[in-house]
Amino acid sequence: MVSAMRAPEPVAERVSDPAKLERVFELRGLSAWYGAAQALRNITFDIPKNRVTAIIGPSGCGKSTLIRCLDRMNDLIPGFRAEGHVTYHDEDIYGPAADPVLLRRHIGMVFQKPNPFPKSVFDNVAFGPRINGYTGNMHEVVEGSLRRAVLWDEVKDKLGASGLALSGGQQQRLCIARALAVEPDVLLMDEPCSALDPIATYRIEELITDLARDYSIVIVTHNMQQASRVSDLTAFLLAGEERTGELVEFGPTRDLFTRPADERTEAYITGRFG
Amino acid sequence: MTTTSAQASLGGARRPPRPARSLARRRATERVVNTVLLAAAAVSVLTTFGIVLVLVFETFEFFRVVPFFDFVLGTEWAPLFEPKHFGVLPLVGGTLLVAGIAGLIAMPLGLVIAIYLAEYAGVRTRSIVKPFLEVLAGIPTVVFGYFALTFVTPNLLQPLIPGTDVFNAAAAGIVVGLMVLPLVATISEDAMAAVPRSLREGAFALGATDLEVAVRVVVPAALSGIAASFILAISRAIGETMAVAIAAGSTPVLTLDPTRSIQTMTGYIAQVSLGDTPQQSLEFRTIFAVGMTLFVMTLALNVVSQLFVRRFRNVYQ
Amino acid sequence: MSAAVAERMRWRPTVAGRRRSGRLFLLLCYAATALGILALVVLLADTLIKGAPGLSWQFLTSYPSRFAERSGLLAALVGTFYVAVIVVAVAFPIGIASAVWLEEYVSPGPLRRILETNIGNLAGVPSIIYGMLGLAVFVRALSLQRSLLAGGLTIAILVLPIVIINAQEALRAVPSGLRHASFALGATRWETIRHHVLPAALPGILTGTILALSRAIGEAAPIILISSIAFIAFLPDSLLDSFTILPIQIFIWVSKPQAAFHAIAASAIIVLLVMLLTMNAVAIVLRDRARRGVGW
Ligand SMILES: Nc1ncnc2c1ncn2[C@@H]1O[C@H](COP(=O)(O)OP(=O)(O)O)[C@@H](O)[C@H]1O
Ligand SMILES: [Mg+2]
Repeated sequence: MVSAMRAPEPVAERVSDPAKLERVFELRGLSAWYGAAQALRNITFDIPKNRVTAIIGPSGCGKSTLIRCLDRMNDLIPGFRAEGHVTYHDEDIYGPAADPVLLRRHIGMVFQKPNPFPKSVFDNVAFGPRINGYTGNMHEVVEGSLRRAVLWDEVKDKLGASGLALSGGQQQRLCIARALAVEPDVLLMDEPCSALDPIATYRIEELITDLARDYSIVIVTHNMQQASRVSDLTAFLLAGEERTGELVEFGPTRDLFTRPADERTEAYITGRFG
Repeated sequence: MTTTSAQASLGGARRPPRPARSLARRRATERVVNTVLLAAAAVSVLTTFGIVLVLVFETFEFFRVVPFFDFVLGTEWAPLFEPKHFGVLPLVGGTLLVAGIAGLIAMPLGLVIAIYLAEYAGVRTRSIVKPFLEVLAGIPTVVFGYFALTFVTPNLLQPLIPGTDVFNAAAAGIVVGLMVLPLVATISEDAMAAVPRSLREGAFALGATDLEVAVRVVVPAALSGIAASFILAISRAIGETMAVAIAAGSTPVLTLDPTRSIQTMTGYIAQVSLGDTPQQSLEFRTIFAVGMTLFVMTLALNVVSQLFVRRFRNVYQ
Repeated sequence: MSAAVAERMRWRPTVAGRRRSGRLFLLLCYAATALGILALVVLLADTLIKGAPGLSWQFLTSYPSRFAERSGLLAALVGTFYVAVIVVAVAFPIGIASAVWLEEYVSPGPLRRILETNIGNLAGVPSIIYGMLGLAVFVRALSLQRSLLAGGLTIAILVLPIVIINAQEALRAVPSGLRHASFALGATRWETIRHHVLPAALPGILTGTILALSRAIGEAAPIILISSIAFIAFLPDSLLDSFTILPIQIFIWVSKPQAAFHAIAASAIIVLLVMLLTMNAVAIVLRDRARRGVGW
């Protein structure tokens, strides 16, 4: 296992000018509040299709808030409020016609801590297709999703066992398989490896690189090595004294890490704060 | 300990001696207090022994006269009239009929209220609904009996089902259901509140609606807690006395017809206690045999309910 | 295009239907909650309408009678008061002492688990079984006859588990830092409890005990086995006199066939409920004080 460890191919080369890429999300002047406390101010950038976009920044700068704005998960928090525009395939997701349930059905999400349902492995993966009225062959979907999440070989003999009985890394891949089962086109991941050991982290990173061919992926991480390993583009957020996150810099990951345009970015990636 | 003695000796060296606070006195106080507290805690243990001993002793005396299987398998209960019959099944049947009706009311209603409180209601709604449940839970059972006899039967049941007896299992079951409703709602809600938020988020992220999250994720995840509340409610309903003594009747018949007058185990115990049956007679002993049956049934249900609670705690804590 | 068609074939676009079931379910939630509240409101309103006309000073100060219009609650009120006094005098010290012992003296382990399981099981024993215990132990074995003392002790034993469980909860809410600080100053265990833990837990303990007392006052089933249920047209002179209590008086009146007695039963229920609601209100105020950490 350990001997098989190798750095994934650098993918940053695939991006030269982000403005030329096809977009999934466009964020325009997005601000967000929890009650009276502003968590994000005036965030503007585009998230491209079939690329991995990393959101980095010190803890508490609003990374989670930002990624949860993309599938309106923050709606579930009482007192949350967003202003500005976020479009998903040119549709304003905070507009009056937008339906968060329909939106989330197309946008998969993986959380910081693996959160499999206390159901069998099979039922975990089949949950999304079932509620979304999938009429095809459920076994095919489950097997396909588990294969895609590189978990099939480990669980194919215990599909009936509880999802909670798997190891942490397996649970996280189960959650990825669960998200893939509804055939999303975007995968949002909020620090998906922070609860995992290095080997499990490596496997998830490898999986992300692999999935990036078919999916648009947004990943939050506070681990800059991880951002540089897996992402094509990086957004760097920073919160000031009043704890409101702002976008400092956004661009191809390689550029951001080798010749940052903003001195705060440079300070952060060289480990001088955060 | 060393700190204490050091301080005591220091204090003794500097100040005039304070015999009331001497270490020996303090230690003695500690021993006395310990003994007193231990004795207090022993009362609960003695109570349990007392209950078991009384029931076992009197039931044993009873079974010296009445064959065990006549009691547990007999379908006729007529201990006070000749020819005497000691088959407890009519009383058990009446009890289960009332408890079943109560369960049919309290379980679905309580579960839906619990889902509403845990998954939908805002702080304001909860602050209105919860006190209502608390008041409902605090109403003495004799009041529910009054309500069953003077309101539920004449104003609801008899207009709806003509021919309903004045005393009937349905009215008693309905009010006992109301009585245990807060129990089901509160315990189920607690169980659902203990389901981690992350599970709800996981389901919402897959495009689930509020209903799907509640019914397909939260309820299954809280299932053992909900089951515990159901079992406890049934146990309470079986042990309930006043409402059934007032409203269910005193006709020990084996029937499934809720409009008929029946008699429950508790109702029978109350009836004999109120009458002038001599205390040393076999007839009076029947209440202990019936009480034993009641005790065993409720204890078994309570233990099962605790097993479910423990299982639930093991998953989420 | 063909991808979209394929998609439509395999994924039924059901969001509208699912939303509809969601709205229906929410309606069901409203209905269930409203039904529960409605039942309580009807119960209270019905009692109030039937019972309010019978409330009078004379009703509160008369003995029971063969005639409904001359009957009163005096004996039942005084009996209930005495039973409450016995419960306070017996169940509260024993219950609080048990809770202190369980929480502060016994370390978590099998012994404590067995004792707590026992108390939990006792709390689930049907109340009429306590009446049988009281009949065998207090009435017969201790020869207290069908007296006030026998009834009070039976109710005290009945609410004891509730007192213990509530007091334990209050003690558990006291931060352990308080205990450590006191131990560090050289206090013994009992000094720590007496001077620091009990005062801090007092509001919570009071809340729990008031709730237990309100349970005690509403209990009738065990007293059916203890009290003589006869006409009690006098006040108890001593602990060994016979007695009646409010819920038993209600039971007797409800059990009579005449509607006039049902009406005075309703009046008596109003008196009982007012007493209980007052006690619960006091308990809730105390609880909120305790939650906000207001000292004494
Ligand atoms: N549910 C919430 N309620 C109130 N404030 C919140 C909530 N979630 C996050 N915040 C606040 O918003 C800010 C950004 O948090 P978050 O987006 O979680 O940051 P990050 O993921 O970068 O660590 C923080 O100051 C945090 O305290
Ligand atoms: Mg975060």
